[in-house]
Amino acid sequence: MSVIEVKDVTMRFNMAKERVDNLKEYFIKRAKGTLKFEEFYALKGVSLQVEKGDVFGLVGLNGSGKSTLLKIVAGVLKPTGGSVSVQGTIAPLIELGAGFDMDLTARENIYLNGAVLGFSPKFIDEKFEEIVDFSELRDFLDVPLKNYSSGMVSRIAFAIATVTQPDVLIADEILSVGDFLFQKKCENRMRELMSGGTTVLIVSHSIEQIERLCNKVAWLDHGNLKMCGPVDEVCAAYKAMGQQ
Amino acid sequence: MAKLKPYLQDFWRYRYLLKNLTSRDVKVKYRRSALGIIWSVLNPLLMMMVLYVVFSQIFHTMQLNRGEVEVNFAVYLLTGQLIYNFFSEATQTAMGSVLYNAPLIKKVYVPKYIFPLEKVTFSLVNALFSLIALVIVLAVTRTPIHPSVLLFWVPMAILYVFNFGVGLILAAATVFFRDIMHLYGVLVTALMYLTPIMYDVDILPEWAKAIIPYNPLYWFVSMFRGFVIYGEMPSLNCWIGTCLPSVLVLLVGLIVFKKSQDRFVLYI
Repeated sequence: MSVIEVKDVTMRFNMAKERVDNLKEYFIKRAKGTLKFEEFYALKGVSLQVEKGDVFGLVGLNGSGKSTLLKIVAGVLKPTGGSVSVQGTIAPLIELGAGFDMDLTARENIYLNGAVLGFSPKFIDEKFEEIVDFSELRDFLDVPLKNYSSGMVSRIAFAIATVTQPDVLIADEILSVGDFLFQKKCENRMRELMSGGTTVLIVSHSIEQIERLCNKVAWLDHGNLKMCGPVDEVCAAYKAMGQQ
Repeated sequence: MAKLKPYLQDFWRYRYLLKNLTSRDVKVKYRRSALGIIWSVLNPLLMMMVLYVVFSQIFHTMQLNRGEVEVNFAVYLLTGQLIYNFFSEATQTAMGSVLYNAPLIKKVYVPKYIFPLEKVTFSLVNALFSLIALVIVLAVTRTPIHPSVLLFWVPMAILYVFNFGVGLILAAATVFFRDIMHLYGVLVTALMYLTPIMYDVDILPEWAKAIIPYNPLYWFVSMFRGFVIYGEMPSLNCWIGTCLPSVLVLLVGLIVFKKSQDRFVLYI
């Protein structure tokens, strides 16, 4: 059974040639019929199926549509064509710390961020110790987040986002946070989740990381699905491109 | 009804987010100020005093009493201010709420109406603090209390709905046209002078008396003062003047917001 089903997804952005963001300009341009857009396709008819328990990697050059696809799967963007269906709960790790308030303390932010992810305060109460232990920041719990370093912020964020066993984990370049020890810890946590049956969709520019973690890979090129299959085949082809 | 069910479930799941965002706003607002939350009571009191000093001079001949009821100008001002401030604060903060939360909207799925709803709720919390100020002033001025005062929450509840509707429309429109932020500030000030906060309707010229019933805030203020000061039940007109625009604006707001929310992320 496929957990994530991406069917013929197209994402079109209207890139306004001239930015129209005030009413006067809008009405004048509209009346004149000069409201022009340049269409840009970030994704062109991409179809994918991710089975339960897969660790699915997305590779491609900058601007190939990887992050757009992740955002569509996470429900942040609505595709302009095609459809996406996801079975079960999603834990989005698209950018760590979205929804943190820098004026609040870490303790308060854990509850706020938990609510953003749809957790109840009771659930966070139960998992609070676990989150704090994982982030290794117990001494700084009552310090406002604005005094944290960016590495410390990501530690807290990663700890909250992975405290549940989600059905689908979506990760965009997040394993590059923190020092190397913490990166290792994050990777181990991801492995734990995977062995617990979580399906993972991951974007990374580190091809080694993809090879280490994933079992299937899709290669996107200018919004087209260039190749999709087992990790060694696709990664080999992808790397071969660089050697030409 | 069956169509509504997923929306209600979604809302139920994110109710803690609403609560958390509201308490965040309360915490952040007074963090690092010595008096903290006391400002929520002190602020409306001080504002009222300023208006009192200025307008008791200008309107010293104004007749606010009705029948047996003697009305203190300070109480009159504070009741009007409370309702008007609830409206203006709720709608003005709701207006920018979607834009302001762009970083979040771009990265995680959350129901987007949460943001205007949270601002309206936060303004309600502030209005409840202003009620404490009102109680203090009622006590100090020895204003006689009527049983109807227990219904003070009715106009506030209807106004909450009205504010949410207006907030939805403004929040959606501002995403596409930032001009609205600047325009609305002027509009809200005009509306303040069209609302009998510091004057009584009777002193207005005929032309102004003719347009004032079209200002929903006039009806909200009348209903609130009726309950708190005059011990009167609202007239039928007053019920229509508050409920009808609230329901209409809420419906329009929900439709406008729902139709445009998928495009927000492309413009913020």
